[in-house]
Amino acid sequence: MTEKKKERINIHEYLAQFDDIPGTRVFTAQRARKGYWLNQFAMSLMKEENRERFKADEKAYLDEWDLTDAAKQAVLDRDYNAMIDEGGNVYYLSKLFSTDGKSFQFAAGSMTGMTQEEYAEMMIKGGRSPEGVRSIKEGR
Amino acid sequence: MARVTTGITSSHIPALGAAIQTGKSRDDYWGPVFGGYDSIKEWIAKEENMPDVVVLVYNDHASAFDMNCIPTFAIGCGEVFKPADEGWGPRPVPDVIGHPDLAWHIAQSLILDDFDMCIFNQMDVDHGCTIPLSMMFGEPEEWPCKVIPLPVNVVCYPPPSGARCFALGDSIKAAVESFPEDLNVHVWGTGGMSHQLQGPRAGLINKEFDLNFIDQLINDPETLSKMPHIDYLREAGSEGIELVMWLIMRGALGDKVKELYNFYHIPASNTALGALILQPEETAGEALNPKRVLSGHSLEAAE
Ligand SMILES: [Fe+2]
Repeated sequence: MTEKKKERINIHEYLAQFDDIPGTRVFTAQRARKGYWLNQFAMSLMKEENRERFKADEKAYLDEWDLTDAAKQAVLDRDYNAMIDEGGNVYYLSKLFSTDGKSFQFAAGSMTGMTQEEYAEMMIKGGRSPEGVRSIKEGR
Repeated sequence: MARVTTGITSSHIPALGAAIQTGKSRDDYWGPVFGGYDSIKEWIAKEENMPDVVVLVYNDHASAFDMNCIPTFAIGCGEVFKPADEGWGPRPVPDVIGHPDLAWHIAQSLILDDFDMCIFNQMDVDHGCTIPLSMMFGEPEEWPCKVIPLPVNVVCYPPPSGARCFALGDSIKAAVESFPEDLNVHVWGTGGMSHQLQGPRAGLINKEFDLNFIDQLINDPETLSKMPHIDYLREAGSEGIELVMWLIMRGALGDKVKELYNFYHIPASNTALGALILQPEETAGEALNPKRVLSGHSLEAAE
């Protein structure tokens, strides 16, 4: 073999970097596994009849899914940060806030600790600056 | 012979669809965004620019694919693709009509070219695919061209590398050029630019990164394609990773391109929006006038 050896990415280093971004949970395989049923529950809301059943009795609908109590509570509370901690991903969870008639801006804003008005104002003023929120370790 | 004549990039923010549906596309907030697309709309409506087929690169946002099946690169080879119901009912837009002959030709060619594609026939298309069509073509009864949806996984990590996306674009170009029918084919890369939709860091926008990205995409895509995922995440926000899909478009245009149009706006909802028209230098047409448009907060000087 005279071919140049392929440069491979070290998977452990690759994944470890993701923990170094402030205020961000990257949707890794580990999170995807943890949130499997939470995300599948959210996907079920792509059907009108399921949305109707969910809205009629949220708790009963959630009990049909293999969810942890924390995940169920996070859904009932519409606590999107807590749902992401339970392995949820925003594109899956969008089916939940769309069922509520809410936008991506509403859901994203709700995770920042700001009011909706403050968040909207920040966006109009150019959004959140990356300054200081790139890396925890490097403090930049 | 079929040719890739044009590459277009566009954001595909769902709020754009909501603005159209609620008649807000010309209000103070959305007016500059839709205004920036007006010249693209005019340009593409001209007979010489109208594509016969668009290879539309986008990411499925957990609509056609759920946690059960996560294809890295997929291609829609069916006759027709319905708008997905993403939780608020399907977008009231026409069905997307495919081009199975060309799609299967591309799929086979890509596999022979070492891209192990996932082939789909029945697949609903979400805002990632239909918003760019609405932005380019407005609200027609039927879309004016055929569309080959090409979804890329950028949701579940790891997504494909920039280099892999860039190489895929080159293989798409080769595949199109070996299709015997005389077709004007566009490759569109959608998504981005900087945005983050989750966690306490939501709302991140990075104008400097975005404008550099556009510049490098045009002039030095090879170097840009080597940028690791972590840089997208840190600089462009967790959802800014969608920008790897723009490299597929760029890879399909060959070495040198001419910039025909370059639009950048902050913000569209949570997102910095970018839209470009590029053509291979040898066959490029006239640039639009004006060629560069900045609007919204992107006009503010850096602090
Ligand atoms: Fe997207």
